[in-house]
Amino acid sequence: MRILCCVKRVPAPGAKINVTDDGLAVDASHLGFATSPHEECGVEEAVQITERHGGEVTVLTLGPPEAADQLRYAASVGAHHGVLVATDGSAWDPQRTAVALTDAIRGLEAADGPFDLLVFGNESADSGGFQVGVRVAYALGRPIVNGIKGIEVDADAGDGVVRARREIDGGFEVYELPMPAAVGVKEGINLPRYPTMRGRLASKKLEIAEQASDAEPGGQSLVRLHRPRETVTETVILGNSPEAASAVVDVLEELGVV
Amino acid sequence: MLLVVLEHDRGAMDEAAREALTFGRGLAAQMGLPLHAALIGANDAELVAEAGAFGAETVYTAVHEVLSDFGPEAWGEAAAEMIRQLNPRAVLAGGSERGNEIMAQVAARLDLPMVANCLEIDPNGGAGEWTITRQQWGGSLLEDASLVSERPLLTSGLHTLAAEQTDAPAVPVAQAVEVDLDPSLARTVVKDRVVLEAGVTLSTAPVVIGGGRGVGSPEAFAPLEELAAMLGGRVGCSRAVTNNGWRPHSDQVGQTGTRITPEIYIASGISGAIQHWVGAKASKHILAINIDPEANMVVKADWAVIADLHEVIPAITQEIKRRRA
Repeated sequence: MRILCCVKRVPAPGAKINVTDDGLAVDASHLGFATSPHEECGVEEAVQITERHGGEVTVLTLGPPEAADQLRYAASVGAHHGVLVATDGSAWDPQRTAVALTDAIRGLEAADGPFDLLVFGNESADSGGFQVGVRVAYALGRPIVNGIKGIEVDADAGDGVVRARREIDGGFEVYELPMPAAVGVKEGINLPRYPTMRGRLASKKLEIAEQASDAEPGGQSLVRLHRPRETVTETVILGNSPEAASAVVDVLEELGVV
Repeated sequence: MLLVVLEHDRGAMDEAAREALTFGRGLAAQMGLPLHAALIGANDAELVAEAGAFGAETVYTAVHEVLSDFGPEAWGEAAAEMIRQLNPRAVLAGGSERGNEIMAQVAARLDLPMVANCLEIDPNGGAGEWTITRQQWGGSLLEDASLVSERPLLTSGLHTLAAEQTDAPAVPVAQAVEVDLDPSLARTVVKDRVVLEAGVTLSTAPVVIGGGRGVGSPEAFAPLEELAAMLGGRVGCSRAVTNNGWRPHSDQVGQTGTRITPEIYIASGISGAIQHWVGAKASKHILAINIDPEANMVVKADWAVIADLHEVIPAITQEIKRRRA
């Protein structure tokens, strides 16, 4: 089983997101960076699948040279290979990103054979374009379903089938994708493991294959980031002890929910 | 024309589609374009009439055997084919999970830019250079973007506007569009559905009792469950709780979980990190229970009780029992 996971390096936000003076990026000076949450779960899922079925996980990212950190993190939790498509760190639009990733995957497949499964995050935590995985899968002719929170690989059915669950209100939908396939996964598909000491050591030795991309910009470009206007709420304090319960139930009655 | 792709689940229109029609009505008026709708995999009169009530003049319908149930590739190709035939000036869908997915499929197939979760769209006179304000970080941050496209594909930010019917509803014309779809598109059509719980769910519950790190353990959610059951509501939780394995991820409220819209959200022991607030902010009212008066959740709440949730929640339950007795 050959699995490819695409991940994105994003700022790790706390209670507030600040913007740099030029308005073109999140000010991450006090935040640090992480793997976008859906994709962190994507790597975990890919590693679990190879633990059950054998095979290898390749992690691919497009971003600044520092995005190598996210590839090393993936290696520390079990991924086998890392590929970086390096940019100057500016925000790439979704079309350009998709073309660059598609080219990179074509190159990897030409060298080492096709991937059985491509794993994307449903959407990135920061720019949230909701499209890169779908564009790449379409360009490569792979079936893709988004919103996936459960994967079961049946390697014995024909050329292989991916049974994928998508959460809906009060239950889930089931899809059966013929392999080679692609999925857009969501956080909650698993609980990602923490790196072990051995994993950390292995990640230091990870050889990262670097690639450049000549993908042209698409139609959308970033002008400026800004925080939404905040509505100031006057919070009414109902009390400082369990005796406030009476006032709480008054509120609930007023709203007609009791 | 401005074309709105309607999201529905086996004939039941999604709120996101109503929001997209409402949003599209404003944009179409601004551009002097008629508002039309695309209905995929259905042609029933009720859906057509509902689209009309929200301002659609013509409802184009596409029916085909691979559209018997939802499938992102089949729906995407059907929408793309309708767009090829109808040549709309712009295309809009609701910014729900399915709405964004269908539009991404359309974008891939037509090789056009797509801008997700828009709040404001300015056609700048209609020369093909658009100025858009859209959501990043689930709405915690906004992006002003410029878009160069002869045919923008857009989705409207989920629950960022209230769906409203038009004052001057017309009886819409239903018009069938022939779409020739490859049977292989059935490879991503829903195969089966599993219902885990009937009745109210986290996203539809009128009351949500939220618990955060402050709850302390999986067992300590029992009083929250009791109160939620009493009010016909549901228990929700923060990301810290699911990361600790105390609750299933399906209970998570937030950017990577569920967006809730209850009449009241009782957030207990939740600090209110950005990731959580994004999922909670569409609540009509918020009551925070927290020992920290400075907590983000307390500051943003309509009401707050500054005390230990482990004492306050059972006291609320007792008080309701007492009044009901």
